[in-house]
Amino acid sequence: MIEIEGLRKRFGEQVVLDGVDLVIHEGETMALLGPSGTGKSVLLKHIIGLIRPDDGRVVVDGQDVESLKRDELSRLRRQIGYVFQNGALFDSMNVFENIRLGLTDMKQYNDKEFCQERVAQCLALVNLAPETAAKFPAQLSGGMRKRVGIARAIAGAPKYLLYDEPTSGLDPVNADIIDDLVKRLDSELGVTSIMVTHDVRGAFRVADRLALLMNGRVVLHGTKEEFLASDLPEVKVFLERDTDDTSFAA
Amino acid sequence: MTALVLQAPRFVGRLVMGSLAHVGRFSLLVSELVRGLAEWRIWLPRTFVEAYNIGYGSLFIVLLISGFAGGVTALQAGYQWQSSLPMYVLGTLIVSSVVLELGPVLTALVLAGRIGARYAAELGTMRVTEQIDALESLGRSPASHLLIPRILAGLVMIPVLTVFANIMACVAGWYLVKQVLPITDADFIYGMQYYWRDFDGWYSIIKAFFFAGAITLIPCYVGFNTKQGAEGVGRATTAAVVNASVLILLLDVLLAKLLLNT
Repeated sequence: MIEIEGLRKRFGEQVVLDGVDLVIHEGETMALLGPSGTGKSVLLKHIIGLIRPDDGRVVVDGQDVESLKRDELSRLRRQIGYVFQNGALFDSMNVFENIRLGLTDMKQYNDKEFCQERVAQCLALVNLAPETAAKFPAQLSGGMRKRVGIARAIAGAPKYLLYDEPTSGLDPVNADIIDDLVKRLDSELGVTSIMVTHDVRGAFRVADRLALLMNGRVVLHGTKEEFLASDLPEVKVFLERDTDDTSFAA
Repeated sequence: MTALVLQAPRFVGRLVMGSLAHVGRFSLLVSELVRGLAEWRIWLPRTFVEAYNIGYGSLFIVLLISGFAGGVTALQAGYQWQSSLPMYVLGTLIVSSVVLELGPVLTALVLAGRIGARYAAELGTMRVTEQIDALESLGRSPASHLLIPRILAGLVMIPVLTVFANIMACVAGWYLVKQVLPITDADFIYGMQYYWRDFDGWYSIIKAFFFAGAITLIPCYVGFNTKQGAEGVGRATTAAVVNASVLILLLDVLLAKLLLNT
């Protein structure tokens, strides 16, 4: 379980998070919605300890992330797969090496046969051909890079998966492919997921629960039905802005 | 005028705070490097790759520049030559200038541009494209994966390249001085050996080792702390080369004072 309590963060004069409270339960997929620049990615980076909060805390499986020592934080990070917005693949390594780096157990990492097998499994899970393993990130399309990023995140069999805008910059067809992939992985691997997105349609397709982040605070969190029934002006404006037809939520 | 006076303390304050922040970040980087040394299985194979890239990749430009430097030293010696001096002094002059100063300093300045710029740009790009964050998110240490291999490879290969540069410059100087002055090989070798002290060779290598520290540590630090996209990478690359070059020149003076007892 991930618990976020009173999280505050500012960069210079700009307040990005202003007291965020949120709980993500075991096994659920939470979509974190909000317009660009509202601190969704910053919130996600707090969970994995890449950013330290000014105030408040993030608790993962009962461990306060900020108070963890270096080795404890590394151990926690090995339980969390993070899918970066643009893949964040290592340019100098091919796809095989990129995914292999996701193997957080050093015994497995040094076992060549295991690595071959695991990389092939991960590529299959994200619907990529085995030949992709030999390619370099520069030879991949945007959608393929995102999928390799997901494959790297799942290689170490994490307990949690954090997706940072997995469909941004993709055409609707590829965005749907990624959304379906996220949904399938969550059910097949049984992980707890948080998906940061500003794509309401995708969030409604994938998530069990949603949270809307605006002006540094969570204005609403709940099920799709609760979102659709909400009278909060921020929620209505956000839902109407992204789509004028919410029937897809049914 | 009043506004300027009022702004001065703020400017000084920012400067002091900025400097302290650099000291703090640099200290953290060094502590990360020390901790990362334990992960030798990670950094050792990468160090060999980096060492090959630095050594083999820089050899041509280092030999070219040192060859020209040695040649020009010989030609200028010919221009300024006084016939009252014995010919063998030319051997001493060329070899000492090259080994004590030209070889290590020119090699370091060239490599500050070639390797320093590359390190800063690579690490800066990795920072702004979240590749370093990705490494950390996987529970891996950027120090053992990215920094230690680059720094160790530089610390080993830059002194080696300096030795090659010294040899090339001496050979080029020897060849060209024979074209402008009537000096024999025996005279040149005699002069080269007459004032030669083994310490001169060690001094050259010690200097190269310190310069290697400047060429690798500063660009790694600057690149690792890059911010603000492509513009930030450009700024980091320039800052890395300029700061490393200035530090090389400062170290040159400092080491001459400390090691040569002048």
